[in-house]
Amino acid sequence: MTVPNHDKDIVRLLASTGAPTAAELAELRARLTDRAEEAGLLDVAYRMLDTAVGTLLIAATRAGLVRVAYEREGLDRVLETLAAKVSPRILAAPRRLDTAARQLDEYFAHQRRHFDLPVDLALASGFRRQVLTYLPAIDYGQTASYASVAAAVNNPKAVRAVGSACATNPLPLVIPCHRVVRSDGGTGEYVGGADAKRRLLDLEAA
Amino acid sequence: MNAKQPFEEVLSDYGPTVLRVCRAVLGAVDADDAWSITFLSALQAYPKLPADANIEAWLVTIAHRKAIDILRRAGRQAIPMAELPTRASTERADRRDLDLAGSVANLPDKQRFAVVYHYLAGLPYVEVAAIVGGTEAAARRAAADGVAALRKIKGMTS
Repeated sequence: MTVPNHDKDIVRLLASTGAPTAAELAELRARLTDRAEEAGLLDVAYRMLDTAVGTLLIAATRAGLVRVAYEREGLDRVLETLAAKVSPRILAAPRRLDTAARQLDEYFAHQRRHFDLPVDLALASGFRRQVLTYLPAIDYGQTASYASVAAAVNNPKAVRAVGSACATNPLPLVIPCHRVVRSDGGTGEYVGGADAKRRLLDLEAA
Repeated sequence: MNAKQPFEEVLSDYGPTVLRVCRAVLGAVDADDAWSITFLSALQAYPKLPADANIEAWLVTIAHRKAIDILRRAGRQAIPMAELPTRASTERADRRDLDLAGSVANLPDKQRFAVVYHYLAGLPYVEVAAIVGGTEAAARRAAADGVAALRKIKGMTS
């Protein structure tokens, strides 16, 4: 904005009046997210969650959990993709994620082997979606090779496509792409990093 | 890239400013309500907002309409400037700020809207005029009159 120099005093004085405190804003925001939820205007709710494999972003539509993201994927990019592909009506609103957050906590505490959550596969389509739908069949503590997953979804030649389905899994951890490993015994790539993949396999083997 | 930013960013970028605008236009009591209704309406309309829209001007436009509704419902009238004291006690800075907030609240509606939308929200006069109605020149004049009145109250020189 362009303000003539002689009006700077007014700008300064106005700037020092009515500035809200962080607590006031937090309270207003909490009330806003509740009202948005009641009014059916909260298309995507998200929160952050600290885990043994780092901070995760978890997001849900009204249909179910739509995204689990590792920090290395870039929080801003993850939210931008949700805005573009699901809806820009996105708010940090933890309440809708209470159950998902609790189940993830239980998983990392060895108290849960299966996730019992509605999921929304809006971010996956076609063959990738088919692969993701199959992955929960690999049990906790087990692994399967990319090749065997390709065979299981009746497309034995699509080994690389299975790899990219895993790499673009919108719901890692909950849809266990970390249980898909290389035929030669190597852990292979992982959306959360190879190190996180090893830690998850170790956790499930313990 | 003309993708729309997540509404969360709109809320964190402009939430504080819009609250200050609501406070300056309506006073602290009604401001919270106006702020909530403004962002709820904005959230509803957001998917249809053109990606290149000036988001701050859009939010202030919504807040202005809500403020008008609230003022109309309360039947509030602006206090004529003549009734205001020409000198205020200004011993301490925070007192001074309170005085100023009170002085802004007591400006006639037109002047108050113009001063707040231009000087507090930082909108150019062409946007201010689009929000309050009338011409850009009228908005500029209303803001100048408001500032002159504030200066008179504060005993400030330009």
